[in-house]
Amino acid sequence: MPYVPHTEEDVREMLAAIGVRTLDDLFTSIPKDFRRSGLLDLPPSQTETEVMRDVTDLASWNRNADGKPCFLGGGMYRHLIPAAVDHLQSRSDFVTPYTPYQPEVSQGTLRWLYEYQTMIAELTGLDVSNACMWEGPTAFVEGLRMAASVVNRKKLVVSRGVHPHTRQALRTITKYLEFEIVEIPLGADGRTDMAKLRAAVDDRTAAVGIQSPNFLGVIEDGAAACEIAHGKGALAVGSFYAISLALLASPGELGFDIATGEGQPLGNYLGYGGPSFGFFATKKEFLRSMPARIVGKTVDREGKRGFVLTMTTREQHIRREKATSNICTSNTLMALRGVIYLSMLGPQGLKEVAEQCVEKAHATAERIFASKGCAPAVSGPFFHEFTVKFEQPIEKVRDRLARREILGGIELRRWYPEYSNSLLFAVTEANTKAECDMLVDAAGGIF
Amino acid sequence: MTTTLEKPVDRPLPYFDDRLIYEKSRIGARAWRVPKNDVKSQPAASYLSGVALRKTPPVLPEVSELEVIRHYTNLSRLNYAISTTFYPLGSCTMKYNPVMNEVAVMLPGFREIHPLQDDNSVQGALALAKRVMDYLAEVTGLPGVTLHPCSGAQGELTALLVCKAYFEDRGENRHLVLIPDSAHGTNPASCAIAGLKPVPVKTGPDGLVDVDDFKSKITPDVACAMITNPNTLGLFESRIHEVAEALHKNGSFLYMDGANFNAIVGVARPGDFGVDMMHINLHKTFTQPHGGGGPGAGPICVCAALEPYLPVPRVVEDKDGYRLEEDAPKSIGRMRGYGMNFGVMVRSYAYMRRLGAEGTRRIAEFAVLNANYLRVKVGKHYAVPYDRICMHEFVASSKKQREKGVHTIDIAKRLIDYGYHPPTVYFPLVVNEAIMIEPTETESKDTLDRFVDAMAKIAQEAETNPELLLEAPVTTPVRRLDEVKAVKEPDLKFNCCVWEPT
Repeated sequence: MPYVPHTEEDVREMLAAIGVRTLDDLFTSIPKDFRRSGLLDLPPSQTETEVMRDVTDLASWNRNADGKPCFLGGGMYRHLIPAAVDHLQSRSDFVTPYTPYQPEVSQGTLRWLYEYQTMIAELTGLDVSNACMWEGPTAFVEGLRMAASVVNRKKLVVSRGVHPHTRQALRTITKYLEFEIVEIPLGADGRTDMAKLRAAVDDRTAAVGIQSPNFLGVIEDGAAACEIAHGKGALAVGSFYAISLALLASPGELGFDIATGEGQPLGNYLGYGGPSFGFFATKKEFLRSMPARIVGKTVDREGKRGFVLTMTTREQHIRREKATSNICTSNTLMALRGVIYLSMLGPQGLKEVAEQCVEKAHATAERIFASKGCAPAVSGPFFHEFTVKFEQPIEKVRDRLARREILGGIELRRWYPEYSNSLLFAVTEANTKAECDMLVDAAGGIF
Repeated sequence: MTTTLEKPVDRPLPYFDDRLIYEKSRIGARAWRVPKNDVKSQPAASYLSGVALRKTPPVLPEVSELEVIRHYTNLSRLNYAISTTFYPLGSCTMKYNPVMNEVAVMLPGFREIHPLQDDNSVQGALALAKRVMDYLAEVTGLPGVTLHPCSGAQGELTALLVCKAYFEDRGENRHLVLIPDSAHGTNPASCAIAGLKPVPVKTGPDGLVDVDDFKSKITPDVACAMITNPNTLGLFESRIHEVAEALHKNGSFLYMDGANFNAIVGVARPGDFGVDMMHINLHKTFTQPHGGGGPGAGPICVCAALEPYLPVPRVVEDKDGYRLEEDAPKSIGRMRGYGMNFGVMVRSYAYMRRLGAEGTRRIAEFAVLNANYLRVKVGKHYAVPYDRICMHEFVASSKKQREKGVHTIDIAKRLIDYGYHPPTVYFPLVVNEAIMIEPTETESKDTLDRFVDAMAKIAQEAETNPELLLEAPVTTPVRRLDEVKAVKEPDLKFNCCVWEPT
């Protein structure tokens, strides 16, 4: 049988040592009525070769972005990944341990997590980072929940520019926490309407939540959102695109109290949306309200530097129903990819990636906008993702894109009925000139 | 008379350069470069006029590629892992993670697909997901499956929200959840978020839920009960069907925490003994590697009555193929950004296909065989409070050794010197000085015998040189660490942040 190493002799000796006759005798505590004598209705066992053929076949049914023009974004972006990331992350002594409960034999994991926390604190410009979360949207939801518990208020004011899925998850997860959630519309430039935000934030508001660049790709006025929040004693919680943090004002510089984001762009594949990881950073005064695991530096009994999981009294296995969060197993291995990615790129490399995203996206967008019947759906400043409103029926445009095997863009009317006939495109450093040309041709309607 | 702790395993310390990657950083060093921009464009700054730009650049390591390779390769060697050592961490099911799964998940057709692609361009991914769902429905006996939750804890929360939505749909406002005192901490933590109040239920002297106490706490306000079965003592709750019946009579549901599903998979189906909903930790039973703390995935399986309330998106198969369904009127909604931890599904699928019907049953049979063999052998040297046939794990105790001043933590740390990852310690809370051992089915008799030898030697050391055991481990790059200092003087990032705790 696959992955069970016992010989028949082993089984005999072990049963004898236990003092039972058969394997079935080990299951007598399960009432007879519920114990199955036969096998379940499942396919037969297969060899490695057969299973590899099967999964390779399934994989081949998917149209994938490898070597194809992909301009899909919406929080998950296709970036170049250095070979070192796959190579190092796949080392089995990173892949197969669990949570570093025993620090003496987990210094590898603990040390890179400490490096990770440093990198995230640096990127966000905030004091402290946790040791990663599941993914971006739930990290943002946890940020709002944390803010509500820190300021002890129940009203959340959230921009409609926040990814629609994130807002949906927020409503599902917090349904029974008696929050009042107010959504603020976007202005004609695609940015959060700051006048309406100001009017909505009051003495009952726990947090203002925005995303920048927002779902339409538009860079928000984060400083204004923070100023409005702080004016009423609320916290500012943001969701950020990791690569953009190399160029744009950091959440810390803008005044955010909690910065979260999707970790996928940092060295992780698209992978059909998961697993990726979420990052989460805050100011030091809120450290003890932070969800998820935290790694800290300490010394061993000989005074040597070492690292441990720390401040566990915040967590569910100690605090149970009073815990800051129910998160337990996180997405650590995906965060390791982020750490290796950032080490490979360094500050200069990351800046160059960010710059190239901006340059390619803007140059491509300008060419599309110069085409007949194409205009931006919103006028605000963007980073690497932009909207195009078409005069032609959207089906025709999508058909042209599909015929060139271009993945993207995202149809906005699914979540924003007001932006009819519009598509959202993301361009990254991974897109070649030839791919950008194809997009311009297809979107612009040149056959 | 020995004066220092011997080093039982002749294992040279792994190469250990204490410096962090930041401490290897040299201004101007580079490892990897993005290809030159070949698209005709202006410099980035000119496109970002009027936007607030970063004043202080982030401090990131500046190192060569070789330095990165060496640094992380050497860090990895500081870990104990399943691939290098026996890892009997109770309740975590640290079984072998087949390497072919890692090959499968890296196929471009899986790793290079975007979650917002049209359904018709990802039919292979959706078919794979559907097959995982069908497999889970068959092994649990529960027809409604969602692969959506990020982890076991989120699976739990999802199930509680589904349960709550069911009652709301009927105009009922039930708010109590019965939870045995031996439960995992995520259970009450998830209740708190779902607006439910945990009501603790006692564990009886036999280590099982006190059924009378349980029944006495069933009131019209009880939405459900959360039971881990087998429980955290490694015992099957043999009266679970009675509990289920009593709940059902009250219109309440029975939730099973699937953390310990490895013990019964293929042998008994939760749906058959009255469970209405459960989550499955794919990183336990279905061998998604634990990754130093994830990723996992926590699909939930529910009975037909609860199916309409499952989250979206849902994988649906119809005559045109597979699609993701977003609109389901009674659904609780979405719990996360995108559909599922797909990479976890690929690994679990490959594993399920390798096992087939027969291999699936073998998981439970050999997990239980291994656990009982260890229970009997380890029981010769340590107390085993509930010493009868156990399921996939058992809880020992260092009660005997405590008389000599040796505690569970010392035994755990000494196991490290013998080359083993320690078991789960001080859990469950209902056993003093608990040592929770889960060998899993993938370990050979030879490995178990050698582990027993180490446990026996440690018991002997506790007899003859108890004070020396407090020194363990002595073979690791660092010795026992000062956890109090870590809390009192939080230092959570390199270089710049020691402050007074608030």
